Amino acid sequence: MTLTIATSLDEVLSAMANGARPIAGGTDLVVGARQGKVTLPADLVAIDRVTELATVATNDGTIRIGAGVTHADLLTNDIVVRQLTSIADAAALVGSPATRNVGTIGGNVMNGSPAMDTGAPLMVLGANAALTTPSGTREVALADLWTGPGQTSANADELCTALVLPQPPQSSGSAYVRLEYRRAMEIAVVGAAAAVTLDGDSISSVKVALTAVAPTIIEVDGLNSLVGSPANDKAFEAIAEAARQQARPISDLRASERYRRHTIGVMARRAAHAASVRASGQTIEVPVNRAFGIGENPENIR
Amino acid sequence: MSTNEQAVTLEVNRVSYAVQVPMGSNLSGVLRNTVGLTGTKEGCDDCECGACMVLLDGQPVNSCSYLAVQAQGRQITTVEGLADGDELHALQRNILEAGGVQCGFCTPGMLMSARALLDRTPNPTDDEIRIGLSGNLCRCTGYAKIIEAVRETAVQL
Ligand SMILES: Cc1cc2nc3c(=O)[nH]c(=O)nc-3n(C[C@H](O)[C@H](O)[C@H](O)COP(=O)(O)OP(=O)(O)OC[C@H]3O[C@@H](n4cnc5c(N)ncnc54)[C@H](O)[C@@H]3O)c2cc1C
Ligand code: FES
Ligand code: FES
Repeated sequence: MTLTIATSLDEVLSAMANGARPIAGGTDLVVGARQGKVTLPADLVAIDRVTELATVATNDGTIRIGAGVTHADLLTNDIVVRQLTSIADAAALVGSPATRNVGTIGGNVMNGSPAMDTGAPLMVLGANAALTTPSGTREVALADLWTGPGQTSANADELCTALVLPQPPQSSGSAYVRLEYRRAMEIAVVGAAAAVTLDGDSISSVKVALTAVAPTIIEVDGLNSLVGSPANDKAFEAIAEAARQQARPISDLRASERYRRHTIGVMARRAAHAASVRASGQTIEVPVNRAFGIGENPENIR
Repeated sequence: MSTNEQAVTLEVNRVSYAVQVPMGSNLSGVLRNTVGLTGTKEGCDDCECGACMVLLDGQPVNSCSYLAVQAQGRQITTVEGLADGDELHALQRNILEAGGVQCGFCTPGMLMSARALLDRTPNPTDDEIRIGLSGNLCRCTGYAKIIEAVRETAVQL
């Protein structure tokens, strides 16, 4: 058993070509291994010191978020906070300061949990995962990457190097809200992200994705019919109804199927509302969850 | 050395320790049992309670769930590194004076999170203090006196 501490991308890729598995913050991998849910891979390559993976950059209409960018870094990155605000909303909710300091967006995405918080924002913002081996890089849409709980379509030797997103157009905004029972160290009971682009007061594009109501993060279908409608309560209620219909939640000790189906509508409506407010140029502080008081008082969840 | 062990050098409170550790060992276990610094506590061993909080390059990390071998090359600070000789750190003095220590099991972790918070945010609001300590559970004090101690330290430093 070995752990190699890599300092360059080439080192990571050649270790992985020889069978090593990547570890970034270890907040899923090591915690899971200590709980006995997974076995720690025999050979690991630590990617947390590879600076090429730890940057956010814009280039020619696209934004690349390095897979090694931590949740704490997402929260202080200007590009993310201004243009991809829903990702910051999500990063702010992850665990505690300690989790956010070492936990990465690449680890969140590649761990493939249906409750991952950055997943729904990435999906509504149209992100692809860049998967790299020594012979090249391919980009995969997130809907094709996540194949089930804890499962991805990536090959064992493929490193996620970045999440690649189109730069959102003018008059766009996005938001992510999750239902939580307390303000920290929580897992999403359900969650929703929305990205809205406005033309005056009316919707020119809207996307919504849902957390923890299906085996993977899912995008809500059929919202194109709202294009051209005003961004008002009627539109937000239509989004809530579509979310309730398309959710396939389970019952577990955290919530019943029925409660999840009801609250996913509430979260979708609020995400769409907050995204529209941001698209109109007004600021709602990150994370939106705090602005709505979710996790503080059950009365705030209606 | 079994094939399962790796020779690593850990920098703890500015002292180098050359140790042999099984690859899967957690940092808290190595700090306590191999390095011999038992100030860091293990409560849940599941990344939930924060008793094991140490600083890696100044940032808080749950050492119960962090591989010791992955901490090579980073500056590790434990609660033993807070005081300056016999002189307690202001956070230590204030948490004692405010009555923020009862059984004391959470205290080392609380102090490390508070230290990282004040390094980053020298004048935190109460909400920022709560967020800064949100990964640390205390079953005794009810938190109010711990928050008071952090607030008081911010004023003094
Ligand atoms: C106390 C606690 C609270 C948490 N709270 C939340 C929360 O609120 N919301 C949430 O979404 N998550 C939460 N998590 C889960 C976890 O912190 C996040 O998913 C985090 O982003 C994982 O990142 P990491 O760098 O630690 O991943 P690691 O544990 O290092 O890796 C996770 C998996 O992804 C693989 N991997 C990592 N990076 C890459 C890459 N670049 N390419 C290919 N594969 C890769 C690893 O091999 C491993 O299988 C929490 C965890 C803990 C311990
Ligand atoms: S012992 Fe590490 S968080 Fe509880
Ligand atoms: S003083 Fe006992 S747990 Fe905090």
